[in-house]
Order: sequence, then structure tokens, then C-alpha cells
Amino acid sequence: MVKNMITLTIDGIKVEVEEGSTILQACNKANVKVPTLCFLKEINEIGACRMCLVEVEGIKNLVTSCVYPASDGMVVHTNTQRVRKSRKCTLELLLSDHNQDCLSCTRSLNCELQALAKEYDCDANYYKGEKSKSIVDDSSECFIRDNSKCIKCQRCVAVCSARQSVNVIGVNKRGFNSYVGCAYDNPIGKSTCVNCGQCVINCPTGALKDKSQKPQVEEQLSNKTKRLVVAMAPSVRVAVGEVLGSQIGENVEGKMVTALKKLGFDDVFDIDFAADLTIMEEGTEFINRLNENKKGPMFTSCCPGWIKFVEHFYPEFIPNLSTCKSPQQMMGATIKTYYAEKLGIKPEDIYFVSIMPCIAKKFERLRENQNAAGVADVDAVLTTRELSELIKSYGIDFMNLEESEFDKPLGISSGSGVIFGATGGVMEAALRTLKDTLENKELEDIDYLLVRGLKGTKEANLSIAGKEIKIAVVSGLKNARTLLDKIKSGEKQYDFVEVMACPGGCANGGGMPIHPSYITNNKQIAGLRAKGLYDSDLKNKTRKSHKNPAIVDIYKNYFGAPGGEKAHKLLHTTYVDRSKKN
Amino acid sequence: MQNKLQEIKDKFYDIVVNRVAGGKYRQILVCGGSGCTSNHSKEIRDKFAELCKDQKDIHIVSPGCFGLCAMGPSAIIFPEGAFYRNLTIEKVENIYKTHILNGQIDIDNCYNIKDGKLVDLYEMPFFKKQLRVVLHNCGLTAPNKIEEYIARDGYFALQKVLLQMTPDEVIDEIKKSGLRGRGGGGFPTGKKWELAKLSKESTKFVCCNADEGDPGAFMDRAILESDPHSVVEAMIIAGYAIGASQGYVYLRAEYPLAIECLNTAIKQARELNLLGKNILGTKFDFDIELRFGAGAFVCGEETALMASIEGKRGEPHPRPPYPAVKGLFEKPTLLNNVETYANIAQIILKGADWFAKIGTEKSKGTKVFSLGGKINNTGLVEVPMGITLKEMIYEIGGGIPNGKKFKAVQTGGPSGGCLTAEKENVEIDYDNLIAQGSMMGSGGMIVMDEDTCMVDIAKFFLKFIVEESCGKCTPCRVGNKRLLEMLDRITKGEGTMEELEKLKELCYQIKQNSLCGLGQSSPNPTLSTLNNFYDEYLAHIKDKTCPAGVCESLKKYKIDKSKCIGCSLCARNCPANAIYGVVKSPFEIDQQKCIKCGLCFKNCKFNAVTKG
Repeated sequence: MVKNMITLTIDGIKVEVEEGSTILQACNKANVKVPTLCFLKEINEIGACRMCLVEVEGIKNLVTSCVYPASDGMVVHTNTQRVRKSRKCTLELLLSDHNQDCLSCTRSLNCELQALAKEYDCDANYYKGEKSKSIVDDSSECFIRDNSKCIKCQRCVAVCSARQSVNVIGVNKRGFNSYVGCAYDNPIGKSTCVNCGQCVINCPTGALKDKSQKPQVEEQLSNKTKRLVVAMAPSVRVAVGEVLGSQIGENVEGKMVTALKKLGFDDVFDIDFAADLTIMEEGTEFINRLNENKKGPMFTSCCPGWIKFVEHFYPEFIPNLSTCKSPQQMMGATIKTYYAEKLGIKPEDIYFVSIMPCIAKKFERLRENQNAAGVADVDAVLTTRELSELIKSYGIDFMNLEESEFDKPLGISSGSGVIFGATGGVMEAALRTLKDTLENKELEDIDYLLVRGLKGTKEANLSIAGKEIKIAVVSGLKNARTLLDKIKSGEKQYDFVEVMACPGGCANGGGMPIHPSYITNNKQIAGLRAKGLYDSDLKNKTRKSHKNPAIVDIYKNYFGAPGGEKAHKLLHTTYVDRSKKN
Repeated sequence: MQNKLQEIKDKFYDIVVNRVAGGKYRQILVCGGSGCTSNHSKEIRDKFAELCKDQKDIHIVSPGCFGLCAMGPSAIIFPEGAFYRNLTIEKVENIYKTHILNGQIDIDNCYNIKDGKLVDLYEMPFFKKQLRVVLHNCGLTAPNKIEEYIARDGYFALQKVLLQMTPDEVIDEIKKSGLRGRGGGGFPTGKKWELAKLSKESTKFVCCNADEGDPGAFMDRAILESDPHSVVEAMIIAGYAIGASQGYVYLRAEYPLAIECLNTAIKQARELNLLGKNILGTKFDFDIELRFGAGAFVCGEETALMASIEGKRGEPHPRPPYPAVKGLFEKPTLLNNVETYANIAQIILKGADWFAKIGTEKSKGTKVFSLGGKINNTGLVEVPMGITLKEMIYEIGGGIPNGKKFKAVQTGGPSGGCLTAEKENVEIDYDNLIAQGSMMGSGGMIVMDEDTCMVDIAKFFLKFIVEESCGKCTPCRVGNKRLLEMLDRITKGEGTMEELEKLKELCYQIKQNSLCGLGQSSPNPTLSTLNNFYDEYLAHIKDKTCPAGVCESLKKYKIDKSKCIGCSLCARNCPANAIYGVVKSPFEIDQQKCIKCGLCFKNCKFNAVTKG
């Protein structure tokens, strides 16, 4: 249906938009930047913060541009004295109830409140008075909430419910005493929070931050008593440079390897390798399921947010989860067993740090059955953000670094490995290997465009070795919930389903660099980063996991057959039903 | 069914119509409203019943609120029409002996006595200038008897609407009447109905806002407790007019009696097929459910109210979309308050022209007020729009207690403002109140005398707002808190002129920037007192005194040496050892030590301690 177009004037600029657009959308089109704090496109359109107020001729009150519908002939002024004073007042009120601990705040210089306060020449102490009670919840393994920095924009609440359907946080109490927290003030670490971290990357201030293992890692880097091994997830390479001078989605893999070496790591490996390993194990598991005619789909298990989501809300699907450890844990297991043996050192003498686009990985590290060598597979998890901070604080001039290659053999990977970082990537990588294996061919047409892209739910029917295989790819837990409900009701049937908790996959993970909402509202950051990954896939001479020479070698010389006894012992794990009340 | 209504009316008409002075039967009406009930009116009623149990032809009835709450618990005995006030069990025994057994009026306990003789109750000053449209059944019919409602033409408006009128005709009639929303804003009711009807969706809802929350307001409670069927009937009519078949009443859980009355009314209406499928044999279906508010003032705001009905946190959301387009469960919704609905059946029965003749040019009909504060006749009153403040305070209200001077009256609750004694000739209607910097609001009217500190009053209302703000938008959540802190500093003598300017600017910003009506109107009491009582603010800030002697920190207790005989009682009672002196000569108060508890003031038998 073609929508009617309407024309309005914004700060003297005539602009045409579709009927039903908001004033803010019209402002964006006219390239007029209106400040917002609470607004998240399609997720949090609640008009709460009052920053986006504008003046409309003929309307007595200021209007909330983020939600107010534009109409034909409307004349809008976004920067009158009246409007600017109102915004300044709103900001100064927010600041009056804000823990102005900006100097030591993790979000300093990347804080939406701080930026606007500066733009509007705010006096942070213009209004004096009592501050809201500081409630710090550090019960989660992954992140810390400090409500003294919360501006009650409710963006975290909205992503947790509207985007993720986890609904674990809400606003408690009311008025000046209101704060964001779990129901009945339960600690979030004991809640059904799945640690996806979408709340963290959507927080405009420092109210939510990583629970960091940076100090432990720094200590290891300076002590050097252990073999220091580091490896990073696929999507890290297309984001770690964003706060160090690169473009969003720019692949800085080579510089990152150099930086990690400079930091003092002995081995810089690539979790893309473990992604390839995952394909071998998961592919085998899938083929076995097919052969055994097991009921229901097999779900991927790379994403710890998704796993915890199933354990809390859909325990009946636990038997359908692939038993494969995630690439992070497979990497750790391989380093602590195979690599330790190869070096001839004890596994406890290795300190393995994984760099992740994800905060749930901090929780995953501590799960049961994640200790192949009898010690933890992974010793520390840093988010992409934390790695950027580390590089910065060690005074490394990142953008001018030479490029280096990953160390061998666990730094060798295929194009399939790197696309794990985007929604659909795991599925595409699996299909490449499955089809070759089941049809016993070396296919060249291996771009599965159907499963690419940022759409929340993608479905396809494929024919593999004469068998029709129904697949689905989902990102964002609300989409996952919808899909699971349809499977449960019998409305949908699939053989293989990839799920990533974060919308857009790891490329938009909760551990990635945080951009202000005016960028996230207007740019598909996950898409830009995914493009970096798919470009890298194209450049790789080996684009299939099972063709990765290091993979071929490790099975031949160490694991034996994929899915075999040794592989199963080291590379697979178990799950728990968390739905039961304590 | 249509005949059935008439049958019921015929059967009960006689008993109800005779509840007048000079009626046929001996009837004892004991007020059953919340005010009197909390003053044990149920025991009064039971006592009457016990005493009269052997007497034939005495009807004891518990209608809703009589209105004169200051004299509760109260009862009216017919056929004489004697209004007995401030009843106790002993008084009931006396009245029984004197009045019921001996046929004499117990003059000492009777209100409508003039020159030693019983006079018509409705000629008494409290009642004389009232006009009861909304409250026409209050204090007269038993709220738990649908038959008594029907006897007073109840549900005949519904019958007329369903059988003789099209939805458009109903809406036209309401529009013509000029009825405006009684919940606060005064939006034309007919227009609201029309907008809801215009929405094309097949599912629509009719809602009733019974989340009365203004401090000192109890009009809606009284209506629901006295005449719940008037609201039920109007909601059915509204459903027919806009094309809805489901209604919700959002009622605060702190009104248990109103809940009980409304539940009974709905049950009775269902039994008579006035609610449910095929109402009165027509094809029209309509039913009503109750939803209870958990005590958040903001849930009186329409969008928050609907969020709360939906089971969500009671937070307002920006409009548009307006409820008429997208309201409850995202469907077109009509929302009116209790009093607005209570007018509807009367308008349909008596005609828009009749209604439009009452009131002023732009404010038609009557308005129910709950009169409270420093006034003799605390209670529920209904007056034609356009009555003056003077008539309200001095005639209906019976003036200010203890010979104090009338200072101001607060209307519109925490969203309104005050009218000062100089404005006593202002005719009360929507537009005049707004012109005076106040607003009609839902009808709470709090009277203040000369002992009231207006800065303290502003602080009182702001404190209420700070407690009741939902916290969603910044100006209301943080702004009002800061405003309250500024006022607090002023009342503690810590205010500065510079901060007063800041306060005014902040008031303006909160009004302009807040999301919903609660925030947008929250600085009104402050602005209104600033406009009308600027000198009092100056006294607090510059002279560090509270002229009304209310603000604790600014109070100064002194001993008037000419009156003090040196009895030492004050010194002996002073918990801070701040009073010193030699017995039989005047004592003195050490201001540094004084904690302003006021015990000396209270204890002095010679009025030698002054405060100010």
C-alpha cells in the first residue's frame, strides 16, 4: 500500500514524509538533529525524558517529537529559546539527581547525558537537593547495575521486554523513589536474566556496566607466571577498533593481533578456529539426529543467552539443544588439553583469556561441565569494549599498528568460522559442511543468502542429499519465543534452528562498543559489522569448516572422529532445567 | 420487560415518594454513607431497628449520604422530616421515646429547628441553595435496592434510549445539554461521545473513572455509595451511543463500601436483564466489570488508568493517540468520571433544554462539591454552576468555625489553586475558576482560615504530588522534588530571593515540560499561592517569620511579661530546659535552646506565652 505523503516545515526546511511519521522522523529526514534520551526506535517510544520537545506553531504546549505525529503543513521549530531552556532545565534536573562521578565512570566521554549536558552548557549543580537512593546490584556474573547513575529512561526495561521478552526488570516504586530493578527487589543474578547484555549496550549512561575481569588479566600480563593465551570471537575484529579510530564494521583483525602481542600475550589464537570445530561437532550431531529420526528440531548452542533462556522458559526443549559447547568453551578445552600437551605443560599453567562480543560469556565460563582438562576451560572473559579500553590504557597507537597474523595452529580458520558472528552465520557454515558431507561433493555455490540479513526470523526449505531439510534462523529472544511457541503448538516444524539472543547476532552483542542512541536509531550497526564478516569470509581461501587444514589435522592427530568419544568428552556439555522455583 | 419496569415502579413508588415531610408513613432514614458509617451509623440503625421491632409500619432505611457530614451520624424521621444529628446510642434511645413513642420532636438533637419549631429541612441554609440533580437519590433511596431506583424513574432513561432513540440522537441530546466532564478538565461530554462513536472499530469500550484521589474529595464515593445505578444506567446508555458492549469501572480499592454498592447494583441489573445480552428485549448487549486501583493518584489520569486496567504499571503515555481512537487494549474507548455519568439519565429523561437552563453560559448543570477544611458544615453539596464563593462558604457552609476569618479556598486539589477572600463574589464555573488561576477539578473544596500558612499549603499539595508522581517523566519526577525542597527551605527560614526566582522558573518549566496532566498542573498550588499571597512568601524569606504561625522552624515562643505571674509551670514542662526565671517574677525563653514544641504555649494558664 502506498502511503500518503505529507509536507511540513522544520526550522525553515521543507520536508516530505509518509503520513503517520513522527515529527522526529521528519526532523531526521530534514537532517535536523533533535536530542533524545529515552527514545529507542520501535522499542521505547514513551516520551518520558522530555529532551525531544519542540515547538509547533498553533500548538500551545511543547510537543514530544519522538511520538507526536507529523501532519501536513505543520511548522516546527526545534531550537527556539523556549525549547532550549526547557531542555536545559530537564538536563539540569537529571544532573541534580545524578551521581556525578564522571571522572571515574566507565562511560565518561561516551555518555549521552554528559554529552548533552555539555552541549547545553548545563550547570550540574544548579538544582540542589536529595539524590535518589543509590542501589547497586552486582549479583550478576556479567554486569553491574548502579542506579545512582540511572536517568530512568527505561531503555533497558524496554529492550528486556519488547526486544528480548525476558521481562526481568521493570520500574519499582514511584516518583522520585522509582528505580529500575527486578520484581520484589530480587537480585538480578538470581533472576531469569539471561545475561544478553542488550540492557547494557542500550544504557545512555554508566548505570549498567560490565563486571570486569580486566584487573585479573592485567595482573597476569604483568606477572607472566603462566602461558598467556588469548583468542577472540569472530565479531570482535569488526568492532574493537570503533572506539580506537576505525569505522563501524571495519575489520581490524591484523592490528588487533599486533595489539594483543604488544599487551604481552604469548599466543594469539582465533575462536574462528573453534567455530569450525563447532561445525564439525554440531554437523555430526545433526546428521546423527537425522539418521536416528529424532523428534523436533536441533537448536544451535553457541549462544549462552539463548541457552539460559531455554533453561528458564522452555526446559522442554533442552533435549533439542545441541550438546556442543560454544566455540569459546571448545577453544578453551582445546587449549587446555591439546595445546597444553603439545607444549608439554600442565593445563593449570595456561591462562586463557577470551575476547567476546558478549557479556553472557562471563556466565558461560562458570557453568558446570566446562572444564575439559579438569581446570576451567576459560580463565577470563573480556568484552570487546574491555579489550578496546585495555589497548587504550596501555598507550597503544592502535590505528598505526602493523598488521600481524594469528598464531598457529589454533589461529587458522575458514570463512565459515568468521561468519559465526552474524545472525545466520552458524547456519550457513553448517549447511556448507553438511551438504558437502551428505552429498559427498565439493560444492562451489556456498552462499546461502536466504539466511543472511537482519530479519529477526528467517526460514528456508533446503534439499540435502535428496532429503528436505527445514531450517530457521532467529535472532532476538522475542523472536525466539514466538518461534518456540509455534513449534510447541505444532504450527511450525523444523529440523535445524539457529538462535542468537541478540538481535542481529553477536555483531550486535551485549559486549560490543556502545554507540549513542542517535546513531543506533539511524544506522544498522549489526548490518555494518556483519558486512565486515562476510567480506572476510569471501577473502578466505578456505571457506568451509571441514576444509580448514588445522581442523583436519586436529581430528586426525588428537580428537579422532567428530562426535567420537574423545571429542564428545572434551567438546560437549550438559544443561540444567532452571524453570523450577527454588 | 418494559412493563416490568413500570410494574416495579408502581409497586415501590408509594413508599419512596412518601419520604417527604408530610408523607404517609413513619420512616426512619439513617445515613449509610462512608462518613457516617465510620462514625458507627450502622449501630445507630440497628438500635432504631431494635427499639422499633415491635412497632408495625415503621420502615427503617439506610440510604446513602445526606450531605451534612459534619453532623453525622444522622437520621431523618418521616413523616415529620426531622433531621437528627451527631447521633449516639443514648440519643437514639431518647429520640425513640420522645419522637417515636410520644410524637414530640427532640429539639436538642434536631438540626432543622428555628425558633424552637421544626422547619422544612430544605429551607435550612445548608440545603436551601442546593440543587440536587446528580444527588437526587442520595439520602433518599436505599442503594442496595434497585426497585427504589426504578421507583424514582431509574432505567427509564435507558428504556427511552433503547426503544426510541438512535445513538446519534442520544449523542445530540448530550451535546445540546452542554454537559462538561466533571472529572477536572471540563471537556464537552457530548463531543467526547461523538469522537468515540466516530471510530470505526468493531470493539470499543466504555470506562468509568472512579479513582477519586484529590485530597479532601469524596463526591464520587458518595454517588457510588448512594446511587450506584445512576452510573450503571449511564454507562449502558453510553455503550449504546458509541457502539460498545463492554464497560469497565476503575474504582479505588480504598472505597470498600462503594465497591460493595456497585457490585450489588451490577448484580441486580443483570438479574433484571438491564445488563447482559439483549437488554430490555432489544439486540443490544452490554456488561460491566470492576477493576480496582491500588491507590495511585496518577491512575486517575486517563491513559494511566487504562494501562492499569490492562494490568500494566499505571503510567501515563503521551497523547495522541487519544483514547477515543486508541484507548483500552488499543481500542477506541470512552472514559467519563462518576459524576458525569450520574447526570446522563436525568438529561435523557428531562431533556437537554431543562439541563441547559441550569448553570452559566458555558458551564451547564450543577456541580457536586465536597466541602472540607475550616468550615462549619463539612459535607457533600450540589449547587448550580455559577453560585458564588460567598454563598458556598457563608450560607451553605455555615461560615468558619471559632469566629476565625476566611482566608482562601482551594479548589481542584493538587492540580488547582486557591481563591482568596477577595474573590468571594466570583461565580464558580469552569472558566471563571481558570481565569482566577485555579480550576474546577473534580470538586474538592478545602476552606482555609486565617491560621493557615499559604506557603505551608503549597508545600502540602506538592508533597502529595511528589508522593504520587509515577516517576516516568523527568520534570515531574525530579522537578517537583526540587520544588518541594525549595519550599521546604523557605518554610525553614533558609529561603533566598534568588531561589524564589528559581522556584518560579522551575514551576513554569514543570508545567510546560511534563508528560501528563498531573505533572503539567502540579505547580499550580505553588503558583497560585505565590500570586495571591506573595507577601507571605516574602515574610518567610526576608523576615524569617511565618505570619500564620504554622511553620515550626520560624515559630518563636515568647513570654509576655505583663501577663506572666511567674508560676513556673512552663519551665517545669519545658523538655529542653529553655525557660528560666525566678518564681513570682516573669520567666523568659532562651531562643537558642527552644525546640519549638509548643508545650509552654499549651500549658500556660494566663495566655502569657505567645507564638509568632
